[in-house]
Amino acid sequence: MTDVINPPITLPGSAGGVHVPAAHDGHADHHEDHGPSGLLKWLTTTDHKVIGLSYMITSLCLFYVAGIMALGIRVQLATPSGSFVSFQQYNELFTMHGSLMLYLFAGPFAFGGLANYIVPLQVGAPDMAFPRLNALSYWLYLTGSITMLLGFFVAGGAADFGWVAYAPLSSAVYTPGAGADVWIMALALTGFSAIFTGVNLVGTIFYLRAPGMTMFRMPIFTWNMLVTGILILIAFPVLTSALIMLFCDRHFGTHIYDVIGCTTTATAGHPAVPDPSACGSPVLWQNLFWFFGHPEVYILALPYFGIATEIIPVFSRKPVFGYKGMVFATMSIAALSTGVWAHHMFTTGVVLLPFFSLLSLLIAVPTGIKFFNWIGTMWRGQIQFQTPMLFCIGFLLAFLMGGVTGVMLAAPPIDFFTHDTYFVVAHFHQVLFGTAVFAGFAGLYFWYPKMFGRMLNDHLGKWHFWLMFVGFWLTFMPQYIVGLKGMPRRVATYPGDLGWQIYNDLSTAGAFVIAISFAVLLVNLWISWRRPVPAGDNPWDGHALEWFTTSPPPHHNYTHLPPIRSERPTWDYNHPDHPSLHHGTKAPGGPPGDGSGGTREKVPVA
Amino acid sequence: MRIEAIFLIGVGIFFGAVGLIYWFLSYEDGGFMMLIGTCALGLLPGLYYFYWHRRFRGSKFFFWGTLDRAVGDRPEDRHDANIRDGAGIINSFPGSSIWPFILGMGAFLTVLALVFGVWLLIPGVLLLVTALIGVTAESRRGGHV
Repeated sequence: MTDVINPPITLPGSAGGVHVPAAHDGHADHHEDHGPSGLLKWLTTTDHKVIGLSYMITSLCLFYVAGIMALGIRVQLATPSGSFVSFQQYNELFTMHGSLMLYLFAGPFAFGGLANYIVPLQVGAPDMAFPRLNALSYWLYLTGSITMLLGFFVAGGAADFGWVAYAPLSSAVYTPGAGADVWIMALALTGFSAIFTGVNLVGTIFYLRAPGMTMFRMPIFTWNMLVTGILILIAFPVLTSALIMLFCDRHFGTHIYDVIGCTTTATAGHPAVPDPSACGSPVLWQNLFWFFGHPEVYILALPYFGIATEIIPVFSRKPVFGYKGMVFATMSIAALSTGVWAHHMFTTGVVLLPFFSLLSLLIAVPTGIKFFNWIGTMWRGQIQFQTPMLFCIGFLLAFLMGGVTGVMLAAPPIDFFTHDTYFVVAHFHQVLFGTAVFAGFAGLYFWYPKMFGRMLNDHLGKWHFWLMFVGFWLTFMPQYIVGLKGMPRRVATYPGDLGWQIYNDLSTAGAFVIAISFAVLLVNLWISWRRPVPAGDNPWDGHALEWFTTSPPPHHNYTHLPPIRSERPTWDYNHPDHPSLHHGTKAPGGPPGDGSGGTREKVPVA
Repeated sequence: MRIEAIFLIGVGIFFGAVGLIYWFLSYEDGGFMMLIGTCALGLLPGLYYFYWHRRFRGSKFFFWGTLDRAVGDRPEDRHDANIRDGAGIINSFPGSSIWPFILGMGAFLTVLALVFGVWLLIPGVLLLVTALIGVTAESRRGGHV
């Protein structure tokens, strides 16, 4: 059956909504009849909510697998001459840890999972614009993930050249075996999956918004997912094509990145000699990879910025401070992030240092605006320190530290000194853990009641947060110090007489504290499953449209919609005396932005 | 549609400018081509959106095209729109479909064939072709498995 959707009806609201009879759409009569059931339902679903949950569950499983790999790495480094794993296994561990975390968890959890579930709800759409393409995206992601894990079961083991697969290390000569090939194929599959998801997100946001949901009334999370969708469309095709060329180098004798075996053709009396003009360029791989790789950092970060921007206003009981500033800061970060790819290549000596350094430093400006607005949103708010808000504050602190050290690394002299040391490892873990994990799990705690109609235990959530917070700082702060002392990354052993062990031990202890925190999350999920506490439709008194529908939402999301007159339609509907302030209007007689709104102008409606 | 158009054209203009600056500072063709490609990625759909924005307003697209009767902005672009202004068919959403799964499995086997042996291409391509036919037929007639 193909469901043809009529728009939901309007509820009477404070802002002048009109109640109209429910339209008969040939669909409302049989909400429970949506095709197959059981396993076949999951295999054939095109519902964005089921697909979003599938993404989240898969990516969380891979997050735990990659986390266990991280523990293996930390156990190996706890002593200078660790023998927990062999050198080969160590190389495989850090390669697969990075690959799983970056390609298969942080991105897909956000743009495949949360965005898939939340964006159509936030814009008032019945589904994603291309539901079958959405389903295909998930199957490509799942099979790509399986393909990557297959590397552990092939002869020679998994890929072991790091998550960046630099040429010529990733050539067939230096990394023979099927492990590298399945890694390349896995990323090709997940690359197409990401591209299709990007198309779907942009299409949904441009074409399926509810009446009145103008672009500048969209929640910031949706805005960030739009910008992320564009970034995906810019970055992922470059990665996918670069990977195909790498595969050709490995198997079809092309010399695109390869500098091995590029010789003249031997003829009678003229043996083959090296021919530089027939050689490829290893730096080309870095160029292509980082043209994907740096936007990828923001593909991983921007959705999580959006999550924090959804949560902080709700738990501060205020509208977001500087809505348009947030939107333009997101655009600026995305634009600049696509022009800074070669700051990862400063030490190659073949990149334009002033250009890439300047653009990298400039990213601090819009990021600073975001911090200013997050603090402005909390300022004089009635802050409620429930679990999602705690995780958001943890995100702010972690990302601040990662961001400041990022500014340091944008300066070539400092980068020359710290390149490929643990200082860089600490920096990018603080950035990515800060965003994908702190803000990501803030989003999980925040939207879990909407997805399942039941609450997670707040007490256990706080235990999860505090253990993770302590473990996070204990893990990564010592890595800055040991990096400045000169410890290189990607080494399985290190000299015992340089004083590095104590920092590595602290880091290892912190990693185990983080692991305990995620055991607490599992307990929390178990309790929520076995002893559900009903959440209701809007347990946090949320602002955006997703809190207007039931928890979990029905098939095609809405039977009714409120009038949309601001970026907080649910708040406006639930608090008719405290409507949101229209952008640019003043609130005579009342402090602006405090959420009381008692003396504010009402937004005129038609 | 105006904001969408400005957003995408802005992407094109920004990366066009950055690409040109980068070229004249570095003469590095790889990065220049990627930046110009990104410029095109913004400009092409952006100008298309701008064209439809002008059509909705009953205006010419720059100096090209005929003046149509204005149909006005879409309900989602109007600040004063009510929900019922969007009355009518929004879109056609397939209730469920097995073909994305079949297509995904076909792609899976096809890429594995490149690593483990071309014999996997037989089931892989078979699934891909079946799914493409199936999804096309399904789109024509509607319906689910």
